[in-house]
Amino acid sequence: MEELQLYTYIAVFGTFALYFAIAWWARAGSTSDFYVAGGGITPLQNGMAIGADWMSAASFISMAGMIAFMGYGGSVFLMGWTGGYVLLALLLAPYMRKHGKFTVPEFIFDRYYSKAARVVAVACLIIASLTYIIGQMKGVGVAFSRFLEVDYALGLYIGMFVVWVYAVLGGMKGITYTQIAQYVVMIFAYTIPAVFISLQLTGNPIPQLGLGSTLADGSGMYLLDKLDLVVTDLGFKEYTTANLGGTVNMFAYTISLMIGTAGLPHVIMRFFTVPSVQAARASAGYALVCIALLYTVAPAVGAMARLNLMNTIEPAAGQNLEYAERPQWFKDWEKTGLLKYEDKNGDGKIQYTADAATNEMVKVDRDIMVLANPAIANLPNWVIALVAAGGLAAALSTAAGLLLAISSSISHDLMKGILTPDMSEKNELLAGRVVMTIAIIVSGYLGLNPPGFAAGTVALAFGLAASSIFPALMMGIFSKKMSGKAAVAGMVSGIGVTMLYVFQHKGIMFIPGTSFLGGMGKDWFFGISPNAFGSVGALVNFAVAFAVLKVTGPAPAHIQEMVEHMRIPGTVSAAHDH
Amino acid sequence: MEENKETYWSENLRLIFICLAIWFVVSFGLGLLLVEPLNAIRLGGYKLGFWFAQQGSIYCFLGLIFWYGAKMNKLDKKYHSEG
Repeated sequence: MEELQLYTYIAVFGTFALYFAIAWWARAGSTSDFYVAGGGITPLQNGMAIGADWMSAASFISMAGMIAFMGYGGSVFLMGWTGGYVLLALLLAPYMRKHGKFTVPEFIFDRYYSKAARVVAVACLIIASLTYIIGQMKGVGVAFSRFLEVDYALGLYIGMFVVWVYAVLGGMKGITYTQIAQYVVMIFAYTIPAVFISLQLTGNPIPQLGLGSTLADGSGMYLLDKLDLVVTDLGFKEYTTANLGGTVNMFAYTISLMIGTAGLPHVIMRFFTVPSVQAARASAGYALVCIALLYTVAPAVGAMARLNLMNTIEPAAGQNLEYAERPQWFKDWEKTGLLKYEDKNGDGKIQYTADAATNEMVKVDRDIMVLANPAIANLPNWVIALVAAGGLAAALSTAAGLLLAISSSISHDLMKGILTPDMSEKNELLAGRVVMTIAIIVSGYLGLNPPGFAAGTVALAFGLAASSIFPALMMGIFSKKMSGKAAVAGMVSGIGVTMLYVFQHKGIMFIPGTSFLGGMGKDWFFGISPNAFGSVGALVNFAVAFAVLKVTGPAPAHIQEMVEHMRIPGTVSAAHDH
Repeated sequence: MEENKETYWSENLRLIFICLAIWFVVSFGLGLLLVEPLNAIRLGGYKLGFWFAQQGSIYCFLGLIFWYGAKMNKLDKKYHSEG
């Protein structure tokens, strides 16, 4: 393990040194630098930065694991988290860029001429971003404790310090250039092991093709057919057809993730950094290229990891692995408690089945699949070290983007916009940095002491973005007449319905024991799960907004003119202050 | 000029509508609603419906964004409204 430790230290601290160097080179001198990187980022650069910003510890570590165990059902994440970029490119990004402001709540304030709307947007943004960031901080802690064998808390402090240096110093400008570097680290760390494994299993080095190829073991059988056979033999659902809570649920889930993606403020604000409307459209395309590189590899990683795991435990039907002969990676992950074996029938062998009564792999945490994958496939140590650096890059880059979204909404929207409008630019920049420091401390604290609701992160962040922010932005652009009153009513009822359903299932603010389903069964609304309910919330938002609009009358003429102006690219100035 | 604005916007809406229709068909249609009949067809080792859900839809999304971007750039030039 000595060699692996050394490689891991080199990979992790080498990348950290790189991020610091970039931060020093790209430090921010003005609020425009701090919020929108001076508006001078090229579409390709922005695409890579969006990729790093968007792909979090969840995408890097958890997604392939979820697909490995959900099979076809995992498609909701693949389609949902990529399809949202089509909506961004077609419906939001170009127009919001044309309008040319610093933050999403500011856009909502201008369009809906209402401080209430701005405050609602800030609240949604902070709740969504903070819950999201807890997951990143936990990811940093786990990566450090697993790969460098340092304490979880110490790992978290190191991560906080690294983000603090480059995010506070550089603002959006520093974050953007660091994210570009982090994207490169992340994509290599993800695809190199996948290429090796695909080559081992199928002889095809391209994982996307390997997944559809025949196995290299001479059987001539397709990989996916083999996987279907292996898992169904053991009583699991067939891999390529396993459903996730029925077609209606999968439909609603995919929509929620798509419009949630398009409505997440830390992604939208990245489109304010490019010089023109055309560049905003192009950067959505480049962003999806960067994201698709990882997302089309993920299903191959998932399926191949599942097959490798199954083959390790039961190399041929009926010939189960002796527990005493289990490989080193098995022992390593047992130590973390994420993998657990219990010899139920006392034969000293490992039986892994779908039947809880006879299954002896009592715990196989989904999150270990990507991290353990290189070891399961016996890949060289430098590849494992690279995966550690990649996981950290994914977590840090997303955390930085979220921190910027939080600090800009507080310093720019609440302080400059509402509380002290006569604040000077210099003071606003200082306020942005102070707020960001506080946000890092708060999120670090929450990462150390995760509150009960951290587990509901996905439901909450995507639910909020899907049911409030996306509909408000879309109506603001595509319905000239949409008024402030109607939009606020829509946002509030959209969030209300979504949160009610989520809390009904998972407890108020996710406090166990406070769920109040009453006489209603689980997933009572057409079998839709709470995580998928943002789509219903969005429909409610649209319906309420148009109903209120009918009753209270359209937006004033100067707002309608502003919308017309927003729709035509014209000459675009750099994103500016008021 | 006002007339130009109107036609620019309606041509844009038409493009958006076409793109969103394709977006819906490749993901929700082929990857989800029609997945079972499509799974009877094979694409190498992939069942076709499964392939659309986990690979094909993403490639189509990519194509759509770039196609829309190129079309809009042309439209921007045509109406001289480029910066």
